[in-house]
Amino acid sequence: MHPAPSVILFTSLSGLGFGLLFWLGFGYPGVTGGTAFVFFAIAYLLAVGGLMASTFHLGKKSNAIKAFSQWRSSWLSREAWLAVISLIIMGLYGAGLVFLGTRWTLVGYVGGLLSLATVFSTSMIYAQLKSIPRWNMPLTPALFLSYGLAGGALLSGQIATTKALLLVLALVQVAYWALGDRALITSGTSMASATGLGKIGAVKAFEPPHTGTNYLLREMVYVVGRKHSAKLRIISLLLVAVLPMACLLLPFNHLLAALAVISHIAGVFAARWLFFAEAEHVVGLYYGKR
Amino acid sequence: MGHQQPVVDTSPKVSDEVRKTTCYMCACRCGINVHMKDGQVAYIEGNKDHPVNKGVLCAKGSAGIMQHNAPSRLKAPLKRVGPRGSGEYEEISWDEALDLAVSWLKPIREENPEKLAFFTGRDQSQSFTSFWAQNYGTPNYAAHGGFCSVNMAAAGIYTMGGAFWEFGQPDWDHTKLFMLFGVAEDHDSNPIKAGIGKIKARNARVVSVNPIRTGYNAVASDWVGITPGTDGLFIMALIHELMKAGRIDLNYLARFTNAPCLVNSDPTSPEHGLLLRDDNDKTLVIDRNTGTLTPFDKPGVRPDLAATYDQNGITHRPVFHLMAERYLDPCYAPDAVAERTGVPADRIRAIAAELARVAFDEEIALDREWTDFRGEKHAKMIGRPVSFHAMRGISAHSNGFQTCRALHVLQILLGTVEAPGGFRFKPPYPKPVEAHPKPHCGVTPGAPLDGPHLGFVRGPDDLALKPDGSPARIDKAFTWDNPMSAHGLMHMVISNAHAGDPYKIDTLFMYMANMSWNSSMNTSGVMEMLTDTDENGDYVIPKIIYSDAYSSEMVAYADLILPDTTYLERHDCISLLDRPICEADAAADAIRWPVVEPDRNVRGFQSVLVDLANRMQLPGFTNEDGSAKYQDYADYITNHERKPGIGPLAGWRTDPEGSGVGGTSSEGRGSPNPDQIQNYIDNGGFWSTHIPEDAQYYKPWNTAYQDWAVKLGLFDSPQPYLFQLYVEPMRRFQLAAEGHGTRQPPEHLRQQIIDKLDPLPIWYEDGPSNTQYPIRALTQRPMAMYHSWGSQNAWLRQLHGHNPLYVPTKLMRENNLTDGDWAKVTSPHGQITVPVMEMAALNENTVWTWNAIGKRKGAWALKDTAPEATRGFLLNHLIHELLPPKGDGLRWSNSDPITGQAAWFDLRVRMEKVQAPSESQPAIPPETSPVGTASGDLEWKTGK
Amino acid sequence: MTTLPTGTDRKLGLVIDLDTCVGCHACVISCKGWNTENYGAPLSDQDAYGDPSGTFLNRVHSYEVEPAEGAAQLIHFPKSCLHCDDAPCVTVCPTGASYKRTEDGIVLVNESDCMGCGLCAWACPYGARELDLAAGIMKKCTLCVDRIYNENLPEEDREPACVRTCPAGARHFGDFSDPESDVSRLVAERGGFDLMPEQGTKPVNKYLPPRPKDKLETEAPAALPAVATETTGFLSWLDKTLDRLPGGGAN
Ligand SMILES: Nc1nc2c(c(=O)[nH]1)N[C@H]1C(S)=C(S)[C@@H](COP(=O)(O)OP(=O)(O)OC[C@H]3O[C@@H](n4cnc5c(=O)[nH]c(N)nc54)[C@H](O)[C@@H]3O)O[C@H]1N2
Ligand SMILES: Nc1nc2c(c(=O)[nH]1)N[C@H]1C(S)=C(S)[C@@H](COP(=O)(O)OP(=O)(O)OC[C@H]3O[C@@H](n4cnc5c(=O)[nH]c(N)nc54)[C@H](O)[C@@H]3O)O[C@H]1N2
Ligand code: SF4
Ligand code: SF4
Ligand code: SF4
Ligand code: SF4
Ligand code: SF4
Ligand SMILES: [Mo]
Repeated sequence: MHPAPSVILFTSLSGLGFGLLFWLGFGYPGVTGGTAFVFFAIAYLLAVGGLMASTFHLGKKSNAIKAFSQWRSSWLSREAWLAVISLIIMGLYGAGLVFLGTRWTLVGYVGGLLSLATVFSTSMIYAQLKSIPRWNMPLTPALFLSYGLAGGALLSGQIATTKALLLVLALVQVAYWALGDRALITSGTSMASATGLGKIGAVKAFEPPHTGTNYLLREMVYVVGRKHSAKLRIISLLLVAVLPMACLLLPFNHLLAALAVISHIAGVFAARWLFFAEAEHVVGLYYGKR
Repeated sequence: MGHQQPVVDTSPKVSDEVRKTTCYMCACRCGINVHMKDGQVAYIEGNKDHPVNKGVLCAKGSAGIMQHNAPSRLKAPLKRVGPRGSGEYEEISWDEALDLAVSWLKPIREENPEKLAFFTGRDQSQSFTSFWAQNYGTPNYAAHGGFCSVNMAAAGIYTMGGAFWEFGQPDWDHTKLFMLFGVAEDHDSNPIKAGIGKIKARNARVVSVNPIRTGYNAVASDWVGITPGTDGLFIMALIHELMKAGRIDLNYLARFTNAPCLVNSDPTSPEHGLLLRDDNDKTLVIDRNTGTLTPFDKPGVRPDLAATYDQNGITHRPVFHLMAERYLDPCYAPDAVAERTGVPADRIRAIAAELARVAFDEEIALDREWTDFRGEKHAKMIGRPVSFHAMRGISAHSNGFQTCRALHVLQILLGTVEAPGGFRFKPPYPKPVEAHPKPHCGVTPGAPLDGPHLGFVRGPDDLALKPDGSPARIDKAFTWDNPMSAHGLMHMVISNAHAGDPYKIDTLFMYMANMSWNSSMNTSGVMEMLTDTDENGDYVIPKIIYSDAYSSEMVAYADLILPDTTYLERHDCISLLDRPICEADAAADAIRWPVVEPDRNVRGFQSVLVDLANRMQLPGFTNEDGSAKYQDYADYITNHERKPGIGPLAGWRTDPEGSGVGGTSSEGRGSPNPDQIQNYIDNGGFWSTHIPEDAQYYKPWNTAYQDWAVKLGLFDSPQPYLFQLYVEPMRRFQLAAEGHGTRQPPEHLRQQIIDKLDPLPIWYEDGPSNTQYPIRALTQRPMAMYHSWGSQNAWLRQLHGHNPLYVPTKLMRENNLTDGDWAKVTSPHGQITVPVMEMAALNENTVWTWNAIGKRKGAWALKDTAPEATRGFLLNHLIHELLPPKGDGLRWSNSDPITGQAAWFDLRVRMEKVQAPSESQPAIPPETSPVGTASGDLEWKTGK
Repeated sequence: MTTLPTGTDRKLGLVIDLDTCVGCHACVISCKGWNTENYGAPLSDQDAYGDPSGTFLNRVHSYEVEPAEGAAQLIHFPKSCLHCDDAPCVTVCPTGASYKRTEDGIVLVNESDCMGCGLCAWACPYGARELDLAAGIMKKCTLCVDRIYNENLPEEDREPACVRTCPAGARHFGDFSDPESDVSRLVAERGGFDLMPEQGTKPVNKYLPPRPKDKLETEAPAALPAVATETTGFLSWLDKTLDRLPGGGAN
């Protein structure tokens, strides 16, 4: 899939934002007043910024409001609802913390869970797509949730939890890659099934329908070289988990903490780039591009 | 909540009006319904009533709207201001343009009309343009047939009175085995697709013979991936097998062909090889009933295939003897040809056996009584349901004429021509050679030519030679180099004019042919010839007038441009006098009419020709009182009479008592009808009349057909004839080359004529084979593109925006190539560097590409980034109009020595992998676009 | 509406005959022409006279297939929306713009609701949806819903533009819920199949497989026997051959 900046920004930032909101909702860290404001501001900047980024790629933004209509069946619609509701509830909760210095625990729990549900629904937008076998796995929500939780924990400054979650995240990510690399093959979709010509013999794409490119090729047929992808995987793993972990293992220091956060966020971007770029849409089979 | 859905308007208004006319995105000439909204063309679909396409349209036809509105359309007459080839022009008025043209054309007409060479390309009004040229008086006229497929046309006409292509078609409804040779698309584009569809729906077998397996060949049941240029040999092996087994239609051969006709077999006789004739010039046969010598067409005669006849001590043997002698020879046995053709011997034997099985064991019979020209009644129409079709794959080789002949002979041996289930002619064919004119070249200053330019020679006497024996025509058609060049040699005009050989000309006038690009061999060389100057700095070809509708590559080379309209803006006439649109069951013709008026300062070219003729007061266009006969082309279409009662259009002629077929308004014959064009428009743009059932088959010999054809005006009297397995005119040229007669060939051509103009089909290698250039290189037409002019079409150019060179797996491996690599391809003449792509379903020694996709920068209003101009390429740079020097000091033409057909597919190359250049090579420098460059996005909607 | 109907009254769709399609692209362009002028926004083309890329609802691929034995084959392969029964493109749509019609099963995009998010195109395994760059909304084959019922067209023309134009007759339109329809019969007789059945989309459109190719040597009769043996020469051949003429040999 085309690793469009808008979707990378959207999923990465909103994942971090809602991850942070989750922890804030559960009272980690238990801050109030000006400090709470800073935490909430960061969370909202990330979450809302991510959501805004997601509208960049809409062809017709004036119809975006209609995306709330299909929550019964559409994960994208559900995500829209969940995001808005969580933001409202967490806003209320945050207002209590910042302006009244009061912690409405229950509101926080509900808002936190909804924030996590938002991350889950984001992941389901991708995980539901059978047409993209690498995404169509239970590990996809697991991956998004671990990113959200670990990133949120890191941003919320909980060193111990972060360490544990980064470990989980690294494991899930590695498992996701391992399973993902076999996903297209195990999906059973191949050039033979796509064309139905496999019974005759080995199928190879000859002339494409058009000599130029088209929407499908631009959007869904993105090919990353094997070497390139292996390198990026290592880099993203280093940035997202190993380096932050190392920083956190050292005695606490604000500079190191900042480094951990920056490294993690950079890693999230790299991993998310790979998440899209490596995902093979089966339509590529029709173009012989798989 | 249940399922909710919006209300869709399922009955929107489609258009304000439908105007029915004829497509011209190619020469198939399908009927189209042009849907109009707010006076604009909104949508084009096929006309279901139309005899050609019956409602279907190809990609090009459906994209007509993009052609009609292309930004590359010329907008006004243009006068060159920059050097030739630069593309720099100024717009001028029509009066200025026509005055200029007349100031060039009129003086040469009065002094020496041959100084004008008028050649037309993709033209469908040849009966009109040739009439103009004839009245102007120049001998130098032809259309593009000589580089297109004259081999197919001429071989068909000389052999059986018509060929495939526009002359006839398989009996799609009855055929059980269809064999296709060397066709990618062809002119009969939609009917062939529909026909193949019909056959496939019946699950009948389609065998394709083609080095490349795409398109029609891809859907064929069986694919014969033959070595290019060897079809003749393959066909003769089939003939060998069939004859050896006696699986040929002897009855048919005896009755309907010259197989029983007697040939002078005395090598010492000056008439050796000529047919025995009586005083009425009728060929003679031995009647099996009486055993006596009898004219072939005498009522009741049963010609004998075996009996010989001695006259004055000279033995005369039937043609059939000569054929048996030749084709039973083991040199044509499958085993003997397998290696050269690349077709395994078992495969050849299997195909021969299958042909015989279907032709004879699956014989069909239609319950239709018919009477032949000898007066014999036949209770049924016997069908041999095998049919063939072939086109440029066998004709565009230098052995193409003989190969096409061989295929016709094969069909005839099987008795399948004009039999149900076989190949059937479309009126006005079948038509024997004798019913065609001979070529004329008699020039008188200030007067018309002495007759039509093109025709069919019967022997050396008909050659277009000047009294000193030099060629009378600039293209050297009808000379000893290529005596039977029935369509002229348009591909030699520029190079001969440049060389001043056989003479210099003053004005080159061309119409609808992209001669500086895809329709020429040696493209770069042609561009140089067009721009070359003499010692005084004047252009070697002094003046060039050109008519195009679009900003093609050729536009840059003319001194004066006469901008044409698009096909939706003008009158046109698809005439029985020309290249008709008939079907095997029906005669038909059609018109185009301005369904929209031009929004630019352009004029229909035919009307411009009428205007020029009027300004020059050409005979044929001028009344006795000096006034103009025709105001414009529509007027000509309506009122011109070729012969009394016969005009360009056959439908809705008026009255005269009983002369036509129909009732009050008559068909075929009849006087001009002022409302004729309106009558056509009212009928959907065409006219068609059905051939009576009992006249639909066996047309050359069927009295009912012959009578019908006379009534319709196709002939003035019945013209039954025999199929010419043995083509006597060819023998006449051989005789001359052997030293007989007064008109003698030049020494250097004697042997070629003796070798190549064999009156029975032979095979020889197509062009010099050369171990340095072991690979064959071909082009194919893409179904969705028409030559160069599809590239200006915003929709079509997305399908074929550039063209890789397709290379067979074996050669990819040998050259260490993978898809997307680039290769340098070299021929004895030139070099190109192009991207390659692997193809498995391809003859392992053949490479190919799509024809005419490559474009010059600046042409067609395309941006310089257009893939056509950066990655696209032409194979033409590798092909020369002359063969490499042989050491005899002479440059031999790269053409069939019989007809002059351009031998595009003789090309041999070698290739090697190279670093990818930034663009395909050679990259020709850009030209200035006379119409500007189009840019931006397209959101087409008329009825917004 | 994003949920799929539980069933549809009819199942309209196409049968595409891979044995007959010659790859002429006629269906591609007639589709472009009709759908540019009709249903919804025109199908736009970007950089139409430079390096172009436009929206098409129907595209013709081609494949080479190399059997274990015998020559490679080439198959032309048109593809447009298959109007799936279990259309994932519909259920993912957040705005309700994508829906499947209850009366005939046609899958459509209601352009006034579409926000151009592209998710439905991602969900379609077949590449049957294209986001139009000029209009910013999703385009897909409408099965010519504005032709097939159109009372402004003559009855015989109420079929999809691509079917009407296909010169080879490789495209068939009809109702798959009726076992007696032409399309149902073709599928039954010729072994019509689904593309990517494992995707679970239950496509309505079916493809007819290419018939077996290059079987001539095995199916044709044995090589033709010679009339006369080579040694007796031409005259004996002639006699024997002529014996076959009705009425016996040459006098
Ligand atoms: N390598 C290779 N070269 C080939 C061939 C091949 O097989 N291989 N085939 C050869 C054959 S058979 C042919 S016929 C030629 C064809 O080659 P051309 O005859 O050159 O055909 P086109 O490229 O279609 O060019 C015709 C010209 O007509 C113009 N035109 C289009 N419509 C109109 C109109 O309405 N009015 C006027 N006045 N002009 C119009 C176009 O703009 C274009 O400039 O190519 C030959 N060249
Ligand atoms: N769409 C479209 N239709 C057209 C045209 C067009 O440009 N586009 N052009 C029109 C014109 S001007 C013409 S002349 C006709 C030509 O119509 P075709 O005769 O179909 O012309 P080509 O595309 O040149 O195809 C030649 C075929 O012959 C094969 N071939 C080459 N050499 C050999 C050989 O030695 N033996 C055999 N058996 N096959 C061989 C090639 O592989 C190719 O498939 O098409 C007309 N119709
Ligand atoms: S075959 Fe196509 S381009 Fe040619 S006349 Fe017919 S519809 Fe037009
Ligand atoms: S083919 Fe694709 S767009 Fe059409 S219904 Fe099926 S999933 Fe949806
Ligand atoms: S692009 Fe339009 S139709 Fe497709 S999912 Fe998005 S809103 Fe729905
Ligand atoms: S049914 Fe209509 S919209 Fe669909 S591919 Fe055919 S022409 Fe295009
Ligand atoms: S129009 Fe028919 S033959 Fe041509 S590509 Fe489409 S389906 Fe195939
Ligand atoms: Mo041609």
